[in-house]
Amino acid sequence: MTERNTPMGAGSPPPAGSPALEIDGLGVRLPDGKAARPILDGIDLRVLPGETVGLVGESGSGKSVACRSVLGLLPAGARTTGAVRIAGRDVLTMSRAELASVRTRQVAMVFQDPRASVNPLRRVGDFLTEGLRAAGTTAAEATARAVELLDAVGIRDAPGALRRRPHEFSGGMLQRVVIAAALAAEPALLVADEPTTALDVTTQAEIIAILTRLRAERGTGLLFVTHDLELASAVCDRVYVMYAGRIVETRGTDELFARPRHPYTAGLLASTPRIEAGAPAPRPIPGRPVSLTEAPPGCAFAARCPHAQPRCREEAPVLARYGDGLAACHRADEGIEP
Amino acid sequence: MTGTERGLVVQGLCKRYGDHAAVDGVSFTLAPGSSLAVVGESGSGKTTTVRMLVGLERPDGGSVRLDGRDRSARPRNRAERLARAREIQMVFQDPYLSLDPRVPVGACVEEVLRLHTRLDAAARRTRVADLLSRVGLGEREAAALPRRLSGGQRQRVAIARALAVEPRVLVLDEAVAALDVSIQAQILDLLATIRREAGIGYLFVTHDLAVVRHIAEQVMVLKAGRVVETGPVDRVLDTPEHPYTRLLLDSVPRRGWDPALVAHSRRAPA
Repeated sequence: MTERNTPMGAGSPPPAGSPALEIDGLGVRLPDGKAARPILDGIDLRVLPGETVGLVGESGSGKSVACRSVLGLLPAGARTTGAVRIAGRDVLTMSRAELASVRTRQVAMVFQDPRASVNPLRRVGDFLTEGLRAAGTTAAEATARAVELLDAVGIRDAPGALRRRPHEFSGGMLQRVVIAAALAAEPALLVADEPTTALDVTTQAEIIAILTRLRAERGTGLLFVTHDLELASAVCDRVYVMYAGRIVETRGTDELFARPRHPYTAGLLASTPRIEAGAPAPRPIPGRPVSLTEAPPGCAFAARCPHAQPRCREEAPVLARYGDGLAACHRADEGIEP
Repeated sequence: MTGTERGLVVQGLCKRYGDHAAVDGVSFTLAPGSSLAVVGESGSGKTTTVRMLVGLERPDGGSVRLDGRDRSARPRNRAERLARAREIQMVFQDPYLSLDPRVPVGACVEEVLRLHTRLDAAARRTRVADLLSRVGLGEREAAALPRRLSGGQRQRVAIARALAVEPRVLVLDEAVAALDVSIQAQILDLLATIRREAGIGYLFVTHDLAVVRHIAEQVMVLKAGRVVETGPVDRVLDTPEHPYTRLLLDSVPRRGWDPALVAHSRRAPA
């Protein structure tokens, strides 16, 4: 990994059709002694306007760190390399003021637990309008906009809802409020980190329906972080699969699920329980994910991989083109038996 | 009701909290060594139901019998309470919260043997090693504190501890929900093996219908404290009869899934 410190902050406006998000060689390392390997290592990822991109991985894969870096949220004391560009400007080199402006206008984030995102003492109306007010909208306009947004996410009696407090909403209803707030500034990019994991399945379906509709109507780019492959397959155009801080495979959703090239992707698919009649029993991947205290030489997945060869334990594979996407596997060209 | 029926027989189980009926007349039978999935969303009463079976909540009405012995009344003495605890064991969603953080996991399993059996120290040690090896854990893990183990390993410990008393029924409350999918499949595999070998009946509480297909023979769908549908897993998942079961099934994400359709039918009066 090479240290790069190219300032990307001051720049001209991005050309039309440029990515809503462009992560370029992102590396994140904890201070010495805290971890044996980087949390993120050479992440390249892009989201185009109107595109839904999945970031899939198990715990410890680095998917949450990667998606938080988009808002410039990094672990304490972390050292970074590479760039995270929003509308062509690197958030890693921004001043506090610039970051604040990106967070109010260009990128919005929805987390897993809506109760952790809202102030329990403030009314929902205050929560929805504070971003707009900070951006200079008048109080009356901001309120009108908040009502419109609550309508859009399917909350009945929106004017009444503005006067209520978070505890008066169920988890699913509150997640709608959080999504409404995220959309208030009409961001070019919405980052959703496991937005439906804590919700019931019927509520999950409603929230996903809202996200996909809003994306289609507004052309918002959506980075969708999840551990749930079936959910990713249902909502994403393209998927990135992460393992131990690296992207091990990325391609269009249909191709990824039909013909995975990386054994980890194939293993994840085989271990996911499927509901269809006659679906084979989920097949476990032996072993467990690599922790931050381990830095295996070679491919991080080699110890769990049914296809590993001696070379895999010595030499780390690089992400290279196979089919319509990329895979980081020495044997990706040989194909995997489903 | 005669005292000769085998397995777990639950009839008209009720639990109220104030004006709210959390569980409202739930009845089912779990044959010895079979597996019943209990499915529902939050507030459906699935967790309250199983907590009453193990004695963590007291039912307001109804009866629970295991192999003909009544479990609904308050136990008469310590021996009876312990005997009931041995019959039905429970594994929770988050083993991190159900294991003592200061006790090495081997000692945690041994504690159960000390309470429930008359084995001496040497016999207990052998039995702990047996139990842990049955769930795929070795000496190194036995000496470790819970926080040194991964989520999957902790869940294996919780299963070993439940098996220590040779229960007739194992209640698994969202026991694989918090695990990564590759690890979840390992635990499902382990649970299937244990059931095949030991003939323990499973009550598998879950919100995940895809998991139901692979872990249970029978399924019971709960909504607002009542059973809305029950039957063999393949029949219920392939040709659901109740609109709520259909809604749950339509809500499961898969390729080509249309969440807008679900949102629409959820609003429609059932």
